[in-house]
Amino acid sequence: MASLDRTARSFLLSELVGGFLLTLKYMFKPKVTLNYPYEKGPLSPRFRGEHALRRYPNGEERCIACKLCEAICPAQAITIEAEPRDDGSRRTTRYDIDMTKCIYCGFCQEACPVDAIVEGPNFEFSTETREELMYNKSKLLANGDRWEGEIAANLRADAAYR
Amino acid sequence: MPIVKIDGREIEVPAGITILQACEMAGVEIPRFCYHERLSIAGNCRMCLVEVKPGPPKPQASCAMPVADKQEIITKSEVVQKARRGVMEFLLINHPLDCPICDQGGECDLQDQAMGYGFDRSRYHENKRAVPDKELGPLVKTSMNRCIQCTRCVRFAAEVAGVEELGATGRGEGMEITTYVRHALTTELAGNLVDICPVGALTSKPYAYEARSWELRKTESIDVFDALGANIRVDARGGQVMRVLPRLNDDVNEEWLGDKSRHAIDGLRYQRLDRPYVRTKGKLVEATWDEAFAAITARLANVEGDKIAAIVGDQCDAESMLALKDLMTALGSPNIDCRQDGAKLEAGPRGSYLFNAGIRGIDQADAILLIGTNPRWESPVLNARLRKRYLSGRCAIASVGPAVDLTYPVERLGAGPATLRDLADGKLGFAEKLKAARNPLIIVGMGALARDDGAAVLALARSLAVVNDDWNGFAVLHTAAARVGGLDLGVVPGERGRDVAGILAGAQSKEIEVVYLLAADEFDTSKLGKAFVIYQGHHGDAGAHRADVILPGAAYAEKPGTYVNMEGRVQQGFRANFPPGDAREDWAILRALSERLGKTLPYDTLDQVRARLVAVNRTFAALEQQSPGAWGEFGTAGAMTDAPFVSPISNYYMTDPISRASKTMAECVASRQHLMAAE
Repeated sequence: MASLDRTARSFLLSELVGGFLLTLKYMFKPKVTLNYPYEKGPLSPRFRGEHALRRYPNGEERCIACKLCEAICPAQAITIEAEPRDDGSRRTTRYDIDMTKCIYCGFCQEACPVDAIVEGPNFEFSTETREELMYNKSKLLANGDRWEGEIAANLRADAAYR
Repeated sequence: MPIVKIDGREIEVPAGITILQACEMAGVEIPRFCYHERLSIAGNCRMCLVEVKPGPPKPQASCAMPVADKQEIITKSEVVQKARRGVMEFLLINHPLDCPICDQGGECDLQDQAMGYGFDRSRYHENKRAVPDKELGPLVKTSMNRCIQCTRCVRFAAEVAGVEELGATGRGEGMEITTYVRHALTTELAGNLVDICPVGALTSKPYAYEARSWELRKTESIDVFDALGANIRVDARGGQVMRVLPRLNDDVNEEWLGDKSRHAIDGLRYQRLDRPYVRTKGKLVEATWDEAFAAITARLANVEGDKIAAIVGDQCDAESMLALKDLMTALGSPNIDCRQDGAKLEAGPRGSYLFNAGIRGIDQADAILLIGTNPRWESPVLNARLRKRYLSGRCAIASVGPAVDLTYPVERLGAGPATLRDLADGKLGFAEKLKAARNPLIIVGMGALARDDGAAVLALARSLAVVNDDWNGFAVLHTAAARVGGLDLGVVPGERGRDVAGILAGAQSKEIEVVYLLAADEFDTSKLGKAFVIYQGHHGDAGAHRADVILPGAAYAEKPGTYVNMEGRVQQGFRANFPPGDAREDWAILRALSERLGKTLPYDTLDQVRARLVAVNRTFAALEQQSPGAWGEFGTAGAMTDAPFVSPISNYYMTDPISRASKTMAECVASRQHLMAAE
């Protein structure tokens, strides 16, 4: 009896018709795909994307070279060197992140006492060469300048839950 | 001895100690800031509160309360915890929360104890106290907002360093730690202030913001800047030595370290020899090891053994000295000397060149005579030990030699050998004191021995010393870390060999054709005449400038080495990082050269070299041990000149290639000169 049922189904093409019906049904539903890169999905304020070093509104860099991010980084992707600046303040002379090592865990921004290193909303930073993913301090500061608006808004939005 | 009960456990402790010390003996840790084992008790931080029964109904500061029999001490009750939490809250009222930019961060007592007793937020809304920073010289950076007024630094300066320049002024919230007169500290032990400060108020200026404690690779080593052989810890990061800290060793340096030993290490970054050089047409040209060895082999090809000479420097490890001596013996040369300054010490009985009483022996001495030495500059930590002896009382200290401020009162008997002769003849009052003393200590410095009549002075000093079964009061205060090791290995002229003066004379009269300098820079290199000079060392200093071939060696932090300190204690240091560029360990260079010369030395590994060390002198088998050396006849009685004894060190901060290359040391010299000019 089971074999008769199977034979009838295959001759009447019921699976094929069922498949076409499903396709037809989705033709009238709203589309979920995005026309990337012209359209982008929503991002949480906690999204951990490309790193940036932020500045204070007066233009002074926030980072004080405490090296907590370097210490906590599980992938050991961060390298910092520091010395006193001419005005006696503690500053980095080198702040490198190896983005190929980074696992985007966000520990660095959690460890930062001055909200200097943050993982911003940018996820589109693929490069053609490996070398370009070795970020240095000027690249990170430039990122910060470029994304400051979004980063600040995200931090504000998330502040209530911290 | 009183029996006390600590947290329910009974323990018998020595009478007269404090409750805090008793708790330490019982293995109970008491938090503290102001208490320090080697300083007087202040009892002002109140962190060490414990409950004592029978006693007042409130917690007691355990550091300042003596133990009594049948006392019950409770350190973990709720009352105690609450009291300590309260103290911590008070301490943190005015302490800035700047741990992220504080160099003490990660190794800070306050940070650690705040984890145990701190409150996670502040209940104070008032502004924090602001205190202006003080200027304490080129080594100590101040950040006085962080100060918790434990007064450890004040007590250290007054008690150990012996300069009463720091103090607390004002009361209550207005209290400040400051220099009474505004100038840099005039002590050679300033670096220790940074170590004893429990918070980040005093931090190291040269090391400011350079590294974090958790990034550093810590290696145990031995200091070579003076002959004390202080135990140190070399902290390196990447390929650089970042700082040097003292290690605890009660027999040698307690927990102190001189400023040169601590801060000259930035000299390891500058003026380094990182590749071989060969002089061609009057100019030193970069070369490969092969070319350098070829140049040496070519020059040595037809030179007889007695026309070759070697001079050993002051900071060499025993391994390289042994390798050089073996090589010179193989080449047939008796001309080798480790006494660059011309000290009239022989490799005779070990007692003739040791600080026989031991550094610890200073504590037992009851009359001390300094002959031709300025211990404050020749070994500041030893000088602190002498000061400690002075402070504990009933010890007469006199000096024949330079008039200097040793931070404790010294009866100055005279300047030169004539006074010493009078003393030996019993013409001076101090002779009575020496005779009456049970443990008289005669400390002879290089200022008395490194002169033409040094052997006569040595003989005279020997006659003054008391030597019996349990005391040997003859003590030589060396200035070179390599000296005792060199004498132990017999790195002195062999039969018909020449000493340093003889080598230089020979070089000028062309009787010596080749001179091998093993990191030797402390003599007049212009007297080397037309000799072919091979310099093996780590810095481009006097010796390297004169050299015809330069073989780049390793500095003390860059090689595992054995050193013998002035009391004859054999100590080993480990390698903290690698020498720069093509530079190699010194014994290995000599081993490689010996092969090229066809006189291969019989060792290939460090272990084999060390086995050979032991074979040459059994002393090297007993590490970290000290006992008076064998006693015998030494020195030659003879006429002495009237010239006063002069300390070999005229500038504490620059005595060797490393400290001469150091920026920090240059700043210290400038600061000291500035201070002298102001006076």
